[in-house]
Amino acid sequence: MATMSRDEVESLIQEVLEVYPEKAKANRAKHLSPNDPELEQSKKCITSNKKSLPGLMTIRGCAYAGSKGVVWGPIKDMIHISHGPVGCGQYSRAGRRNYYIGTTGVNAFVTMNFTSDFQEKDIVFGGDKKLAKLIDEIETLFPLNKGISIQSECPIGLIGDDIEAVAKAKTKEHGKTVVPVRCEGFRGVSQSLGHHIANDAVRDWVLSARDEDDTFETTPYDVAIIGDYNIGGDAWSSRILLEEMGLRCVAQWSGDGTISEMELTPKVKLNLVHCYRSMNYISRHMEEKYQIPWMEYNFFGPTKTIESLRKIAAHFDETIQAKCEEVIAKYKPEWDEVIAKFRPRLEGKKVMLYIGGLRPRHVIGAYEDLGMEVIGTGYEFGHNDDYDRTLKEMGDATLLYDDVTGYEFEEFVKALKPDLIGSGIKEKYIFQKMGIPFRQMHSWDYSGPYHGFDGFAIFARDMDMTLNNPCWNKLQAPWKQTAESADAVAASA
Amino acid sequence: MPSVMIRKDQAGKMTLYVPKKDLEETVVAIEHDSEDKWGGEFTLADGSAYYIEPLSEPPRLPITLRAKRAGEG
Repeated sequence: MATMSRDEVESLIQEVLEVYPEKAKANRAKHLSPNDPELEQSKKCITSNKKSLPGLMTIRGCAYAGSKGVVWGPIKDMIHISHGPVGCGQYSRAGRRNYYIGTTGVNAFVTMNFTSDFQEKDIVFGGDKKLAKLIDEIETLFPLNKGISIQSECPIGLIGDDIEAVAKAKTKEHGKTVVPVRCEGFRGVSQSLGHHIANDAVRDWVLSARDEDDTFETTPYDVAIIGDYNIGGDAWSSRILLEEMGLRCVAQWSGDGTISEMELTPKVKLNLVHCYRSMNYISRHMEEKYQIPWMEYNFFGPTKTIESLRKIAAHFDETIQAKCEEVIAKYKPEWDEVIAKFRPRLEGKKVMLYIGGLRPRHVIGAYEDLGMEVIGTGYEFGHNDDYDRTLKEMGDATLLYDDVTGYEFEEFVKALKPDLIGSGIKEKYIFQKMGIPFRQMHSWDYSGPYHGFDGFAIFARDMDMTLNNPCWNKLQAPWKQTAESADAVAASA
Repeated sequence: MPSVMIRKDQAGKMTLYVPKKDLEETVVAIEHDSEDKWGGEFTLADGSAYYIEPLSEPPRLPITLRAKRAGEG
């Protein structure tokens, strides 16, 4: 916040930490910091990807959430078994709004929940037999599935089941890819390790399937969209821009993606990485093994989208670069109109963000395009390299908070008084009850897409309709209103 | 003995990536960088250094290798 100096932010942090015991205070202090855009390395100001302290309300998820919920879940023609007790799969079912094309239950299975529903006897005697039976049942009931992934829940690791052996046997029996994923929830400090484990499972069990097969006709313009989960249709609104530029999207990872697309990804010329946090592992692997370069891009807001489109085009020849300019020119009137309409209504508003592993830095540009200012941002499960990339995006002395706790977040909001908060569903109702406009930025609050030029129009509309909603003036009971506000109501009538 | 990945970034500079530490830093100096010997001590832009057993020829990048922490005594 421009009105808050570095010292003020420091003292705010100290004030908020005051309630903690000595040890917790020392620990949490390392995760909170005023931003310094001058720094090259975030480790000098902020610590991240560390175990959350017991007793503090963290907002993080588990490794299973990272693997099944984020990376594997959206692959539509595979069946993802939540192997273990029933709750993990059921309560995370279809929550992320990964859109896909297909007939659910016939050739697409994203929103369905498959679980081995562990009971006491499975814990005592092991669940491998049940898993084998479950896979056979799936083959009978859903013969059009193209593969199966076994997403381990906590008990699988604790009792030491050999899901790899089951997977190998069933792959042989049914002739389909069966992937065991060791993403037990207790692994790691957050969902971030789940992403990594999922990436490694893709690498070990899927990626090299078509290495010997060169029947796939490639073009010099093949690209893959990596780390776009098609939330509310995000990947689609990104894909049309790339296709208009003359590129061919061979694969979408993993929103609206298929296993066959994943197997073909080693044949592309360039990997485009949107969510760096969850998919950089596989991109690095493909660079090493298949010599496919990768680049990060950002399709939030016209400024960043144009920047990214040009950066992507620079990897290809002049025809693509020319077409890229055509695409930008084509959509310019569209977003100019959006900015003309919404910017006056949103200008100067302050935003605080607290999201997962990519958006805390990626959406800043979109807010700035609307004249809004991001005064605080933080990651649930970002690592050092995410904060490295964030430092330059944020203004001087803005607040950075890593793995913020419920209490800290509330206190920061009370002190900084943002006009809008963008965070998850667990925070939404707390802040709405505090009278602060809120957007759920994990799955776009049942809206979207927000990527690309089309998405920006929706993004701007959503921010406007949340911020300028008349309900925020109605939070005070009429009999508690002061004469002044009553006059204002009378005047507006 | 962490595994490190050495690659060329988009600007063509050599970077060293340590997955365990999320450290991605530009390499400023390599001890042996010739046709018949490649490796040794890698000095990074942030001052840290890693030692990689020298190879008999420059490898195709990117490549994952085992490294030892070096420097600082």
